[in-house]
Amino acid sequence: MKGFGMTRWIEKMGGVNLLPVAVMLVGFVLIGAPSSWVTLTVAGLAMGMMVFLMASGLSLVFGLMDVLNFGHSAFVSFGAFVAASVLAGLSGWLGAPSVLLNVAALALALAAALAFGLAAGLFFERVIIKPVYKDHLRQILITMGALIVSEQIILALWGGTPITVHRPAFLEGAWIIGDISIEIYRGFAFALGLVVFAGLYFTLNRTRLGLLIRAGVENREMVEALGFRIDRLFVGVFMLGSALAALGGAMWAGYLTLITPALGGEMMIVVFIVVIIGGLGSIEGTLLGALMVGLVSNYVGFLAPKLALASNMILMMAILMWRPSGLRPAVK
Amino acid sequence: MSVLSLRGLRTNIGQYAVLHDVSIEVPEGGVFVLLGRNGAGKTTTLRSIMGLWAPSPGSVFFRGRDISGMHTADIARLGLAFVPENMGIFGGLTVAENMVLATRNGQFDKGRLGYVQTLFPALKKFWDARAGSLSGGQKQMLAVARAIIEPRELILVDEPTKGLAPAIVDAMADAFAEIGQSTTILLVEQNFQFARRLGRDMAVIEDGRIVHAGSMADFAADAELQGQLLGLSA
Repeated sequence: MKGFGMTRWIEKMGGVNLLPVAVMLVGFVLIGAPSSWVTLTVAGLAMGMMVFLMASGLSLVFGLMDVLNFGHSAFVSFGAFVAASVLAGLSGWLGAPSVLLNVAALALALAAALAFGLAAGLFFERVIIKPVYKDHLRQILITMGALIVSEQIILALWGGTPITVHRPAFLEGAWIIGDISIEIYRGFAFALGLVVFAGLYFTLNRTRLGLLIRAGVENREMVEALGFRIDRLFVGVFMLGSALAALGGAMWAGYLTLITPALGGEMMIVVFIVVIIGGLGSIEGTLLGALMVGLVSNYVGFLAPKLALASNMILMMAILMWRPSGLRPAVK
Repeated sequence: MSVLSLRGLRTNIGQYAVLHDVSIEVPEGGVFVLLGRNGAGKTTTLRSIMGLWAPSPGSVFFRGRDISGMHTADIARLGLAFVPENMGIFGGLTVAENMVLATRNGQFDKGRLGYVQTLFPALKKFWDARAGSLSGGQKQMLAVARAIIEPRELILVDEPTKGLAPAIVDAMADAFAEIGQSTTILLVEQNFQFARRLGRDMAVIEDGRIVHAGSMADFAADAELQGQLLGLSA
């Protein structure tokens, strides 16, 4: 009875939504030093938000149309390279003492990544995905193929040499509070991710379009029987997901400051882990998964660097053993 | 004139031919019942009408218009509503959200909403509850309410009494009798007692073919035919 009472109390307090907080508390106990913990926590939350941007579209696309898109990471790569090119072209604005010019350069770079993601998403959905609806095996094969072709296009356009990504001056440096240091860029990445999450949450939960998407994730056929063309809605969701992945790639490029064409492929595993941990088709689940992956990666990287690579896999296995459909699945 | 005409309807699911030759005329108004044993092709008939399975070309006519091959959403927008066997409720959404999805422009007509809530008072009580938390009978009420929240010309209902308690079945019968006053209903049912209370015309499907069509009154009076076609004992 005591255990049951505790479970109900935890559910009342937020249930699985508390997990990132629980991870932070465990991290605090294990790390000990508050300054290191704050730095790692901010880094983890920022990484989580950037991964959330990359993963949210993939989760919705799978939930809404049962489409497995292994080419999703191509949008991450392209977003990174498009943004890096725009920033390189506006290097004069980046280094200028005017914050306005700094912001304008960053806004243009992010807008270019978003616009590219929207256009590429439309092309990808119409040409690659549409012919293979309802056929998972062919989806995997053709989207993997598209990913390889995309990487080769990036190689042809930008070359194989790592490219330096310039950051705007106003995002360089760190906030120093006592002996705690917080990178400004990480704070910005976290804030941007939060704004995107709030926008998505509002759209999904407070608009008719969002209602259709949530219903479509649950039962696509019934939404169509109510008179809505879910295939057309899916094109829009696919484009949005691609644009967010490109935005995530652009932010990740600024975080790494040195990018290669393999960037998207490297992030793909993390993105899939996040989608699986969070539960398919759920934006809230994706955010939870992304924050936990970000935090665990940073804490484990500090505490046991040899386990850093395996930590996300171990986290995913642990979550799936507890909740086989993920933390907050919209599709079971 | 018939609201719905099926003319030599054939439907394949994968490599299997499920409907071979289904021809029925559903007249305007009242409840038309399609009876048949398990696996006879009742559900496939309704799904073919809605375009959820691809029917043979030129076999489904709604008010004289060939709708075979049209997209499900476009068929629905002509004024057809579908209540599937599994009810098709969005369990993660509230009752209100389920209902608002079925409206044309996201707005309820107050008079219509009042009519639906009078027909199914339980829905008003659980208006803001998650649909997934409703009982089986309440879910069925929601599924039917969703189909009538806008005026429809034809409602296709697939085995609405399946798994429901007798008291709920009675309530559903009353509701369908009321709805049938203003809308044509094509009802697929295995529960013959329920079907005979409501049906004016009927047909029996067996192995993907219509083997009998006529008035419900005549069929209900012919125990031998019921036994032969539905396996009912006198």
